Amino acid sequence: MADMIYNFFYWLFGIEIYHFVAVILSVLLVALPVLLAVAMIVWVDRKVWAAIQIRKGPNVVGPFGLMQSFADGLKVFLKETIVPAGANKFLFLMAPALSLIFGLVGWAVLPFAEGYVVSDLNVGILYLFAASSLAVYGVIIAGWASNSRYAFLGAMRSAAQMVSYEVSIGFIMLTVLMVAGSLNLSEIVLAQKSAGLFGFNGYFLTPLMPMFFIFFISALAETNRAPFDLPEAEEEIVAGFQIEYSSMSMALFYLGEYANIILMCGVMSVLFFGGWLPPFDWAPLYYVPPALWLFFKMFIFFFCFSWVKASVPRFRYDQLMRLGWKVFLPMSLIWVVLTSAYVVFIKHAAG
Amino acid sequence: MAEVDIKNYNINFGPQHPAAHGVLRLVLELDGEVVERADPHIGLLHRGTEKLIENKTYLQAIPYFDRLDYVAPMNQEHAFCLAIEKLMAIEVPERGSYIRVLFSEIGRILNHIMNICSHATDVGALTPMLWGFEQREILMEFYEAVCGARLHANYFRPGGVHQDLPAGLDQRILDFCDSFPKVLKDMESLVVGNRIFKQRNVGIGKVSFAEACDLGFTGAMLRGCDTPWDLRRSQPYELYNRLDFNVIVGKEGDCYDRYILRVEEMYESIKIMRQCIEQMKAGPVSSIDRKVTPPPRAEIKTSMESLIHHFKLYTEGFKVPEGEVYAAVEAPKGEFGVYLVSDGSNKPYRCHVRAPGYPHLQAMSHIAKGHMLADIPALIGSFDIVFGEIDR
Repeated sequence: MADMIYNFFYWLFGIEIYHFVAVILSVLLVALPVLLAVAMIVWVDRKVWAAIQIRKGPNVVGPFGLMQSFADGLKVFLKETIVPAGANKFLFLMAPALSLIFGLVGWAVLPFAEGYVVSDLNVGILYLFAASSLAVYGVIIAGWASNSRYAFLGAMRSAAQMVSYEVSIGFIMLTVLMVAGSLNLSEIVLAQKSAGLFGFNGYFLTPLMPMFFIFFISALAETNRAPFDLPEAEEEIVAGFQIEYSSMSMALFYLGEYANIILMCGVMSVLFFGGWLPPFDWAPLYYVPPALWLFFKMFIFFFCFSWVKASVPRFRYDQLMRLGWKVFLPMSLIWVVLTSAYVVFIKHAAG
Repeated sequence: MAEVDIKNYNINFGPQHPAAHGVLRLVLELDGEVVERADPHIGLLHRGTEKLIENKTYLQAIPYFDRLDYVAPMNQEHAFCLAIEKLMAIEVPERGSYIRVLFSEIGRILNHIMNICSHATDVGALTPMLWGFEQREILMEFYEAVCGARLHANYFRPGGVHQDLPAGLDQRILDFCDSFPKVLKDMESLVVGNRIFKQRNVGIGKVSFAEACDLGFTGAMLRGCDTPWDLRRSQPYELYNRLDFNVIVGKEGDCYDRYILRVEEMYESIKIMRQCIEQMKAGPVSSIDRKVTPPPRAEIKTSMESLIHHFKLYTEGFKVPEGEVYAAVEAPKGEFGVYLVSDGSNKPYRCHVRAPGYPHLQAMSHIAKGHMLADIPALIGSFDIVFGEIDR
C-alpha cells in the first residue's frame, strides 16, 4: 500500500516523498480507522447486547447514542491514573500499552482488497499468529504487576487459556494454508475464489467447515469474550487482570481487546469466507467495492460475537481447558491429517 | 535444591464483591483454583433487629420484618403475625387469609425470580436478569397497589391484612398469571437446557438428605435432595390445605436441581394465586376485634369507643397475654420462624428470628471444600442468601 501512496502523491503533486513517509502514511491509514472502528463497534456491541436484553442501550449522546464511546473516551482520559502502592510501576503502565500495540500490529497483514495491505508479507499468516499470541503478554504483565490476588488469578487463567487455544488455532490455520498453498493472506483469499459449493468464494462451504466453527470458538477464547471471559470474570475474580486499572490505562485494555476482536473477525473472513471477494462467484457482485464485502463479513462475525456474549453462561476454568485440549486439539489434528492426505493424494495427483 | 514451602493462597471474597449477594465476606483458602476452605464472615449488615423489636410495640415491630429478607418482604411479616395471633388466639377472616396466601405466593415468585436470575448471572449468563426483572416490576406494582410501598410493605397485620385489595387488582393479578408462564418459559430456554449452564451446575454443591438434616436446611435446599418437606403441606397454616398445589422435589440435591425446583415452584405459585382469586369471597379482611385492629376512619367520627380504640392502638398498642410461641412459615428461602416471648405487656419480651439463610450459609465451608473458585458464586446463588435476614 506504501507504493500506492507514493504514486498517488507523485500523480497529485508531482513530488516524490520519502519511502518511509509513505509507509507511515499507510500505517496511519489503517490504524486510525481501526481505532475509530473500535469506538463504533463498542457501540454496536452495547446495542446488540441491549436489544437482546430488552433494553435501549446507549441512546443519549449524539444521534442514537453514536457518540457514547467518544464521551466515554473523553471521560476516562480526564480521570486520574492510579498506580497501586505495591505495584511495579513500569510494568504496570507498560501492560496496557502492550495490549493495545499487539491489538494493532496484526492489522499490518490483513488485506482489505487486492494490493490494499500495509505489508504484503509472504508469511502473513505466521505473523498474524505471532502477533495474536503476544497479546497475552499484556494481560500477564498486568496481572503480575498489579500485585493483587484477583489480578494474579486472572493473569494465570489468561496464560493457560491462551496457550490451550493457540494450539488449535495454529492447526486450523495449517489446514487452510495447506489447501491454499500459501502463507500470504492475499494469496489465500485469491485461492478461495469459487472454492466452495455453489460457487461460494471461501472455504466455509467445503469440508473445512468444521474448522471454521472451531476457529470461531477459539477466537472467542483468544479474545477473552464470553463464554471464555474467565480472565475478567466479574462474578468470580471481579475484573481479573484489570482490577487495579483506572482511567486511560484501563481504556487501553479495552481498545486493545476490541481491536483484537475486529482483527479476529477479519481473519475469519480472510481464512474461511474469501476476504474481500463477494460471497458468490457471480459477476455482478464484483461491482461492489471489495473492501465493503470484507467489512460486511467482519460485521456479521462481530454481531455473532455480541450475540454469544448475551446468551451463554461462562465456562469454568477446568471445563475450558478440557474443551481446548480434549475436543478442539484432537479434532483440528485429525483435520490436519485428512487435509494433508487430500492435498498429497488427490489435489497433487490430479494437478 | 532447597525445599520450597508451598503456601495456599488466601483471598477475600467480598464484602465488596459483585457476586457476594450483599455483604458476604468469604475468606477463601485456595490451592490453585481449588477451594480448600471457605470461611463466611457475617455481621456486616447487623442492625440489631431482634433487640430493636423488644423496644417497640407489636404493631411497630412489623416493618422490621420487611427489612429482613427484602426480596420477599411480606412472607416475613406473615410469620410474625402468625406468632402474635397464636398468642392472642385471634381468628383471621377468610378473605384476609386468602389475601395473605395470595401475597405470600407473590413474594415467593418475587424471590424466585431474583434467585434464578442472579444464579444465572453468577455463572455468567447476564441476560435472564434483565428479562426477569421486568416481571418482578409488575409484582412490585401489586405490592404498591395494596399498601403503597414497593418493597417495605407493612401490609400483614395481626388479625388479617391492613386493607382490602383495590378495585381491579384481582383482574390484574389474573392477567399476570396468564402472561408470566410464557416469560418464564423463555427464561428457562436461555439457561436450563444450556450445556454450559449444566456443566456449571450439575453435581455442584451436592447435599445428601442426612447432611441437609444435620446442617438444618429447609426450603429448596432440603427439597432439592428428594424430601417433600414444605411447611405449607406438612404443617398447614392459613388456607393452604384448601388449595391444590404440588410440592416440588429435586433428585440429586445439586445446584442444578435447586434451580429447576425454584423454577417449577413458580408455576405452582401461579396456580395458588389463581385459586386464591377464584375462591375469594367478599368480606372483612381483618379481625373485627377492635382491641387489635383499628376501627375504620368513618366510625371514629361517630363513635367515642372507636376513637378510644384508635388512640390506644396507635399509642400504647395492644397487650399480648403472657406466654411463648414459635410460628413458622414456608418463606421462599425456607422455614422462616419467629420465636416470641411475651410478658403480658405491649412489647415483646424477646423475639428471635429463625432466618432460613443462616443455616444454609454456615454450610458453605462444608459444601465448598474441593470445589473450584468459579463454583463459589454458583453455590452462593443456589443457597439463596440475602444478608438482611442472616445478619438481622
